[in-house]
Amino acid sequence: MALADATAFPYGLRVLVVDDDPTWLKILEKMLRKCSYEVTTCGLASVALQILRERRNKFDIVISDVNMPDMDGFKLLEHIGLEMDLPVIMMSIDGETNRVMKGVQHGACDYLLKPVRMKELRNIWQHVYRKKMHEVKEIEGHDSCDDLQIFRNGCEGLDERGLFMRADSDTMRKRKDVDKDHADQDSSDGATVKKARVVWSVDLHQKFVNAVNQIGFDKVGPKKILDLMNVPGLTRENVASHLQKYRLYLSRLQKQNEERIMGAGRQDFSHNGPSDNLNLRSSFQEQPSNLANGFQHSSQKIQVQANILDPNLEDTKIVAPLKVPDKNGNPAIDVVDPQNVTSASPLGGVLSFERMAVNKDRKPTEAMILECQSWSGSVPPKQFMQYPKHNHARCDLLGDYSCLPKPDLEHPITQGHLYAPPPVISMSCSVEGDVRDFSDVKPDLLGCMKSLSPALTCTVDSAQLSDSVVTSTNSDQKFSSVEGLSSDKDCYFDLARNQATLVSSDEASIICGTDLARLPDDLSDYQLQGVSFENIGLNNFDLFQCNDTMILPGLQNNWYDDPEFSSEMIESPLVDGCLFA
Amino acid sequence: MDYSNLRRQAASMKKGLFDQGYLDEQFCQVEDLQDDASPNFTEEVVTLFFKDSARLISNIEQALEKYPKDFSRWDAYMQQLKGSCSSIGASRMKSECKSFRDYCGQGNTEGCMRSFQKVKREHGALRQKLEAYFQLVRQAGPAGAATRPSV
Repeated sequence: MALADATAFPYGLRVLVVDDDPTWLKILEKMLRKCSYEVTTCGLASVALQILRERRNKFDIVISDVNMPDMDGFKLLEHIGLEMDLPVIMMSIDGETNRVMKGVQHGACDYLLKPVRMKELRNIWQHVYRKKMHEVKEIEGHDSCDDLQIFRNGCEGLDERGLFMRADSDTMRKRKDVDKDHADQDSSDGATVKKARVVWSVDLHQKFVNAVNQIGFDKVGPKKILDLMNVPGLTRENVASHLQKYRLYLSRLQKQNEERIMGAGRQDFSHNGPSDNLNLRSSFQEQPSNLANGFQHSSQKIQVQANILDPNLEDTKIVAPLKVPDKNGNPAIDVVDPQNVTSASPLGGVLSFERMAVNKDRKPTEAMILECQSWSGSVPPKQFMQYPKHNHARCDLLGDYSCLPKPDLEHPITQGHLYAPPPVISMSCSVEGDVRDFSDVKPDLLGCMKSLSPALTCTVDSAQLSDSVVTSTNSDQKFSSVEGLSSDKDCYFDLARNQATLVSSDEASIICGTDLARLPDDLSDYQLQGVSFENIGLNNFDLFQCNDTMILPGLQNNWYDDPEFSSEMIESPLVDGCLFA
Repeated sequence: MDYSNLRRQAASMKKGLFDQGYLDEQFCQVEDLQDDASPNFTEEVVTLFFKDSARLISNIEQALEKYPKDFSRWDAYMQQLKGSCSSIGASRMKSECKSFRDYCGQGNTEGCMRSFQKVKREHGALRQKLEAYFQLVRQAGPAGAATRPSV
């Protein structure tokens, strides 16, 4: 079976060709067709991005010219790398070393010189295959890290059901790929490989960052870091690869910040007045970087990516503070409902709220849907919570970015919803009331929760939003367990029938498996992150206003509008999770 | 006149274009792509090339006028044209584009202007020759384009 797949594989490879030269476009198209590839052509880089965003998972590889009028090919390359994680082949007429080098640095998997020959194109499937192989390697070992970020989720209004959910069907997909590709390899082999894989957990990453800081950013080397970290089983290669990603990540952050500052005026804030927008922006920029450290990049603004969604409201303009009775009968607690949040999908689309879960019998407790993922660059591992000025509590949770597989666009459910909103990880819990519910929560997380004001209630909702998941808008909600072991396909169809993904209960017994190791593949899809917690004790709230760093300026708007709780807004100096992109 | 004769003429004409350096191997690559699915592929590509290169040339012309001594802009435009030339293997034109860019690098406005005039001449000459060639090919029938010149 594996062999048959291997021979059939290059056939029908879906290629997107981007070149502003129509003649070349025509020639390349023909050449690729002759290679039995499925070709889409496009004359502008911006259009290419649009196509890629709208037709997610519809392409295997991108071939792009370097010199294009509307967007530098390298920039396109970067976008694709971050958002779609597709292999990109660059091409240009001249092969000056520095240009080729630039392409490679930006992540091009190959650099072709024009005139491009057909034999070169015939061979491009190798890049797709190679990437697939790497992905397979990456997911091996996921099983060992399920303890990483598992926290309980409570979902709104689903009192009758309590299900366990591990939102890792992407892993399932990949696992399937593994099966496909390594069908003849024995499974025990896989088990040994699993152990060798390193999962960059929060703690591990923190150790890494600490080591980097200790050594000094310009002097770091994998070996030094390895010695300092002193983690058994970690190899130089593991560290080297992580360091590379880390560097890329930092330089990206820097670049984006520059862009952001320069491009602030271009922001498109769909639901907010321009003045608010500017306020947010400026306050963001003024926010001192709590995480400033000894890096070369310390000057960069630390960024947060946030996506705060309220599934309860189809109209995002409503704001309502809610009295929330605890499910265990604990005193009612005020919860700020983070409505009025528009979220820009990282895919460049504005989230359609109609698609979101609208639970007709919803409980007020399900006020917030939060999705968050944040990395505090140099903050000690345990310091999940920081106290920025105004003493607002903050909790950094690690969201789960592995999500369910996206269905084909042809699928009736998703038709017309070309933008995949990020998954929303939420959690419903009362710290005061029932800490037991957090038995599965990672200590850090739990500590974070506890250290918030005692009266705090975090209400988070578990709704996964992706192409495949149209969270039930119908009142007769049915939910299937998205247990990690169920097959990819099953999930897919469940989702297609609107019957999955929202799992919840009084017991708040949803386990949402989050797992950083999965992030590399998934992050690109879900980049909006952030967390918003209300600190009741302080009678104010924290808002993490963030922008997706990766998306086009015009689509970077996530804002928060809160007439009633206009106390303060804070843009938290968090670091986004793109390190794992 | 029988078809084989026409074919021979077309072939020798093409050989002439190669010999005089108007075209290079890339042109054969394009011809090789022609198949039953697109029997006029080469001609379509060449037509597209002339259409687009005319646009690029007029862009350059405007840039030379509007932005005197803006060598980086000139260079960028010429780079586009050069890339376009490489698509059909318009070799002479391409090398003239290259010398234009060299003059840009030297900041030599005079050289650029002279070179640009040459580019335009090459463009016109190639167009004329290729038009004649395709006319012959059309007369000779579909097999005419398939023969590769023995260079």
